Amino acid sequence: MAAVAQGTSLKSYLLTRLVLVVPMVLILLTFVFLLMRVAPGDPISAALGGHNVPQSVIDQIKHRLGFDKPLWQQYVEYLGNIFRGNFGTTITDQRPVSDIILTNGAATLELTFFAMIVALVVGVFVGLLAGRFRDTSVDVGGRMFGIVIYAMPVFFIGLMAQLLFGSVLGWLPTSGRASPITQATLQTHTNLFVIDSIYDRNWGALKDVMLHLILPAVTLGLVTAGVFIRLIRVNVIRTMKDDYIEAARARGIRERDVVYRHAFKNALVPVITVIGLSLALLLGGAVVTETTFNWPGIGHELVLYLENRDYSAVQGIVVVFGLVVVFVSLVIDFVNAFIDPRIRY
Amino acid sequence: MAIPVQPIESPFRRRARGLGRAVGPIREARGFPRLMLYIGAGITLLFVLLALLAPVISPYDFDQYQSGGHRFPQLASPSSGHWMGTTVQSTDVMSRVIWGAQTELKVVFISLVFAITVGVPLGLLSGYFGGKLDRGLVLVMDALYAFPYLLLAIVIAFLLSNSIGKGVLTAAIAISATYVPLYFRVVRNQVIALREESYVEAARALGAKPLTIIRKYVFHNVVQNVPPIATLNAADAILLLTALGFLGYGIQPTDAAEWGYDSSRAVSDAASGIWWTALFPGIAIVLLVTGLTLVGEGLNETMNPVLRRRRVQRVNFDQEPEPPIVEAVEGS
Amino acid sequence: MSDAPVLSVRDLRVHYGTVRGTVRAVDRVSFDIGAAEVLGLVGESGCGKSTLGRGVLGLLPEGAASDGQVLYGGRNLVGLSPRQLSGLRGPELGLIFQEPMTRLNPLLRIEDHFKETLEQHEPQLTEREIRQRSLETLGRVGIPPTRFRQYPHEFSGGMRQRIMIALALVLRPKLLVADEPTTSLDVIVEAQILAILADLKRNFGTALLLITHNLGIIAEACDRVAVMYAGKIVEDGPARDVFADPAHPYTRELLRSTISLETTELHSIPGAPPNLIDPPAGCHFHPRCPDVMRVCSWKQPIDVAPGPDRRVQCWLHGPEAEIPPGEAAGLEREEIAVADEA
Repeated sequence: MAAVAQGTSLKSYLLTRLVLVVPMVLILLTFVFLLMRVAPGDPISAALGGHNVPQSVIDQIKHRLGFDKPLWQQYVEYLGNIFRGNFGTTITDQRPVSDIILTNGAATLELTFFAMIVALVVGVFVGLLAGRFRDTSVDVGGRMFGIVIYAMPVFFIGLMAQLLFGSVLGWLPTSGRASPITQATLQTHTNLFVIDSIYDRNWGALKDVMLHLILPAVTLGLVTAGVFIRLIRVNVIRTMKDDYIEAARARGIRERDVVYRHAFKNALVPVITVIGLSLALLLGGAVVTETTFNWPGIGHELVLYLENRDYSAVQGIVVVFGLVVVFVSLVIDFVNAFIDPRIRY
Repeated sequence: MAIPVQPIESPFRRRARGLGRAVGPIREARGFPRLMLYIGAGITLLFVLLALLAPVISPYDFDQYQSGGHRFPQLASPSSGHWMGTTVQSTDVMSRVIWGAQTELKVVFISLVFAITVGVPLGLLSGYFGGKLDRGLVLVMDALYAFPYLLLAIVIAFLLSNSIGKGVLTAAIAISATYVPLYFRVVRNQVIALREESYVEAARALGAKPLTIIRKYVFHNVVQNVPPIATLNAADAILLLTALGFLGYGIQPTDAAEWGYDSSRAVSDAASGIWWTALFPGIAIVLLVTGLTLVGEGLNETMNPVLRRRRVQRVNFDQEPEPPIVEAVEGS
Repeated sequence: MSDAPVLSVRDLRVHYGTVRGTVRAVDRVSFDIGAAEVLGLVGESGCGKSTLGRGVLGLLPEGAASDGQVLYGGRNLVGLSPRQLSGLRGPELGLIFQEPMTRLNPLLRIEDHFKETLEQHEPQLTEREIRQRSLETLGRVGIPPTRFRQYPHEFSGGMRQRIMIALALVLRPKLLVADEPTTSLDVIVEAQILAILADLKRNFGTALLLITHNLGIIAEACDRVAVMYAGKIVEDGPARDVFADPAHPYTRELLRSTISLETTELHSIPGAPPNLIDPPAGCHFHPRCPDVMRVCSWKQPIDVAPGPDRRVQCWLHGPEAEIPPGEAAGLEREEIAVADEA
């Protein structure tokens, strides 16, 4: 049966793609490892403040962290640790990086999730309209909106929003994930506050959490939306020129159906890929957003550890970020193959 | 019968014609793309002028906190003396914005030149010759390309700051390293597509050396794509640089003024409702990036054949003469 | 065969407005197509035949404008709104294109293509009826039902063209325009497609306007032929008669340049087809015509009937009354330089 035939080709594609991930991950890990090791300067003393730390203390820490072993041995242990989920320990406060991920990861996840939703809704909507009504005022307006919005640095929007909504209008909270009261009363199961408050039917907490989410998520989301607008618009324009569009018109398919069923649908196929590509942008932006809004996520922690010159922490966090990106792009490729029958091998 | 011979063209004329061919689409384009191009170019030019003429235009130095024995007021709101107010360190905001233009453009220009000088040749060679070198490079570049720009730049800046310190050079290197994979990838893809073109194949069949082929055929086409990408890239790079500055990994405040750094200082001001230290540097960033993006998109729109739209004239049927109406008759 | 033609074109002009001037792609063209008749439209590349085919259906690109009469079912298609036109496209008028590889939506199954077309124009059909009609039409062009749910990329070029034909025919249009349907296909597949097209009148009762640059196809498949040059139809008539005894010098030269097994020497028409923005004065063909007369260089030829059911635009066939004295002499003309060609 035809359905079975498709299934196997999809499966084989997935397997091939999975296999291809391995070298990429290895390269990423190796790159981070080398970067951290070959960088000039002594990481340990730098992390400890760089002043007159007695050599014995430095040596002790070096030994504890395994920095005195031969390079290749460090490398092997490093890889092995990662496969077991151990991403290292921070130098400054001896905290396992995996702990950082678990505690603060949820915050970043919530932020990026809602930001992505904002970006998608705004970006796809404006992009489709701009592409469809090319060269009209709708198009011009949409594009200028996208361009200017992308040109605004996250911290600028954040600062302006804080000034406007926080100091002047006082409508929205400008810092943190939740007010102290909520933080005291909310039971954290998953650390995803939205889900936790729904699970507990704690509606007061939910409202508070959502209010705190608005400014950071919208800020980050709008900036990312700019990317979507540009890409989707170009795609709609390109798709409208495709031959099968003309053929559909020749069959008397109404323009509205041609646009929605053929042009838009085909133009949105790369959106899945674009989501994957913009993920990198989103993660980078999350770092700045968390710093601006004092959002206790991984990005915020990263900046703190950077200030403290904590090599080990930085290495661990960067590795996690890298793995997340690789994993997500894998998922994206899968979804793509599912949607577009041509991609399967 | 004499076959007319075409006059031999001087190389200068040929190149001028080539330039005309490149500019032609811009003239033929209609409406918005041209407008975008002009407005964007205007804004960018304005900032370039600000940057170049900073010593002349700027009322004060970027780190000047006094004049004629008088110390400037701290956190003063905009006034006739200081059009954009002053910061907590008593420096003039407007001066820092103007000097900042120089910093931004300088760093971004240097990093782009770096990135292009490394990325384009690598892409050319890798794309044309293929093989193990190509596969290896692609794997590395893809891994880097997928990584969030900001994180990559931060890490590199962080590492370099130990040895070289936080300065213009660190920021430039961090930024260029981030963008090398982009140029590599774009150039390589184009080269691979071009490699299979018939005229390249024909040149190969005639025995042309690889370097000659690259130089004469491939290079031109590839280079044509670089300006729109580079302009959009420059816009991105400014955002990256200011983000680095905001997080503390950009330019040292004693070296030069930088808009991102100023914004980070403005965070604490925002809580007290002080708006001018955050607004003006921010607007400068938005304007410059918008200008560059408009130029880049305008270029893309006018030169990219997929997106290009030719101007169309209205057809007037009445201008043609009516043919004489004669009944068809039986011929001889 | 009923007397009234399915399509009547009178004095049709289709021009494109470009920065360099108005392109007169179709320059006052008139012809008829009878019910279930196959009319072949032949001409060199760039003579305007594709534009004519699309102009009839109103499927012109941006910047094109048309004027004149395209009479179908008692209405002039030239004045209709896009909405009215799109209502006619499909159930009354069909169009199949040259390049079948890209004419189907890669994300939709063949089944979906048919469903969409039938639901759009015959909304009263049930799902089963849709499926039945589609499979039946596909069967007539040789696509088995087991492939109904496949995607376009799983079919070869020839099969995709057959699917396109079926898609056009499932609505039983009265007129089908085929724009170089076999140009991109190999000869064997071409023969299959032509067989299907030639049978249209038998199987579906559909008239066909077959556009091509290949004289062999005309000879094989067409009842009548119209020869097009530089935006004008220079000759038309029953295919057999026109090929046996061409009236226009261009037709004659075209026939002479076709290659067969008996060809010993290559023959070609010197010069190149004219620029449609600024075509030659008088008869557009006169710079290349071996029988050119003085009058041809400044006066447009008029429709003349050199035989029953035939028409030609050429001063060689008169009418004598319209040729001023002395203008019937041969025209002195410099040799066409080699550099002018192409």
